[in-house]
Parts: sequence; structure tokens; C-alpha cells
Amino acid sequence: MSDSDHFSSAIHAGGFEPTQFIETARMHGHSGKIGIRYNGHGDDWVELSFDWHEKLVGDSATGTTASGPIITLMDMASSLSIWVRSGRYIPQVTLDLRVDYLRPARPHHTVHGRCECYRMTRSIAFVRGQAHDGDPQDPLAHVAGTFIFLDNPA
Amino acid sequence: MIALPPYADLLGLRRDGERDGMPVLAMDFGRQVLGRPGFLHGGAISGLLEMAAFAALRTALGAEEAVRIKPVNVTVDFMRAGRELPTHAVGHVSRLGKRIANVEAIAWQENPDVPIAAARMNMLPVRG
Repeated sequence: MSDSDHFSSAIHAGGFEPTQFIETARMHGHSGKIGIRYNGHGDDWVELSFDWHEKLVGDSATGTTASGPIITLMDMASSLSIWVRSGRYIPQVTLDLRVDYLRPARPHHTVHGRCECYRMTRSIAFVRGQAHDGDPQDPLAHVAGTFIFLDNPA
Repeated sequence: MIALPPYADLLGLRRDGERDGMPVLAMDFGRQVLGRPGFLHGGAISGLLEMAAFAALRTALGAEEAVRIKPVNVTVDFMRAGRELPTHAVGHVSRLGKRIANVEAIAWQENPDVPIAAARMNMLPVRG
């Protein structure tokens, strides 16, 4: 099966199944390289996570995870939150993403990222979310972004 | 010469000359940076942009090598899809103050005048 087929098979005719999508992505590509996995989802949100690993370190002196993997985590959780909200897979791309780094991620701690799609228009989806490394009340990053749909039905 | 962290190795980043005195980073296409089939992952592009921004600030700090750099925030604009090609990025320090540095970075594939993404970062240079 090609990568396209793998991704297509994660998209059910009657809805969108984030678990299968993530498992597919784990085997292929950048999110798999980081070790991103599925935690859970609701009507308009998805939570993903990845474990601390030496290869993700951005500051060797402190062992702190680089900001890049956190962006990847939040970009992916945001993207999936749009599909769970809409109940189907709509081709889309990230238009912009802002990340506030509230504090460094602690070495050896798993990073969890939860994003929600809080508004959808015909062409744009608005997302926001937070990442933490154990205590949701003590977030390490805050994210706001927009995605644009590639096939505008209008 | 600026040392790149382990995460830069995961992205497969390498130095590739300089532009306007700032280091250019190159990232080859491969599964390690793949997003949806046939295209770069937005997170990998963001990672490359941030590394280019860090490298630019580190270069601007010059002799002040003991300074640690903490990212405050980043805004990434995605302008074009990243295709199955090598990607380059370079940073530019627009202001280096005592407490805050404003740094931008752009990423391109075939033509530096046709960027695929751009980032703006606020960073804290922590001295001593």
C-alpha cells in the first residue's frame, strides 16, 4: 500500500477515526520519528503525546526538549481536532501557528498536547491548545493557529 | 562555528554556507520530515526555521558565547507546500536588545525569493 492509501484507509466513509490515523502516521514520517501517539479525543478536541528522548533535545546542557517537536505535536493535534469536529477528513493545510513557550519541558517527562477546533468557516478553521508535561494546570506551551481548507465547497 | 543540538540531527540539518553573514541551514527531504504523503511536515519546517533563528542569534551574539537563549514565542506563516526537495533556511536578527531579541527566519526550496514559510521569534538572551 502506498502512503496515500494508508492515509485514505484511516478515513472512514461515515466519519473520521483519529486513532487509526495516528497509528498510520507513526509508521510514516516526521510525527513517527518523534514518537507521537494518540491519547484521546472529544467532539472538538484531540490529545496526543510523546516521550522525552535524547534525540529530541534542543539544549544539550540542560536536556530540555527542543521547541520543534512541541510545534509538531500541536500542529498535528490541531489538525486532527478539525477533522473530529467536522466528522470527516477535509484536505487542509496550516496557515499559521503561534506558540508561546511558557516554560521549558522537563527532561524525562512525557509531553501531552491537547488542541481544540473552536470555530470553522467555509474556508478557515481556528484552533487553540495547550501542552503540559504531567500537570495540566501547569502548561508549558500555549498555541493558537488557523488552517485553510484546500477544497472550498463554496 | 555553531554547534547544532540533537534535534537538528533528527531533522537531518546541516550548515550550507551563509547569506548576509548569517548561517544557512539545509534539510534534505526524507521520511524523517514527511507530513502528508509527498509533502514536508509543518512541524519539520517550523523546527528548521527555529534552528535557523537560533543560529542567527547565536551568530549575532558573537563573542558572548556564554549566553543562553530561551525562546519566548514563535509565529510561523506557511506560504507554500513543502515539496520533495531540499529546504534551506536563514535567520535575521532585526533587533538585539539587552533583554529581548527579535529574530525572523525564512525557508525556501529552489528560490530564496519564493519562501515556503517564515517565522518570527522573540527570544531571551540570558547572560550570566
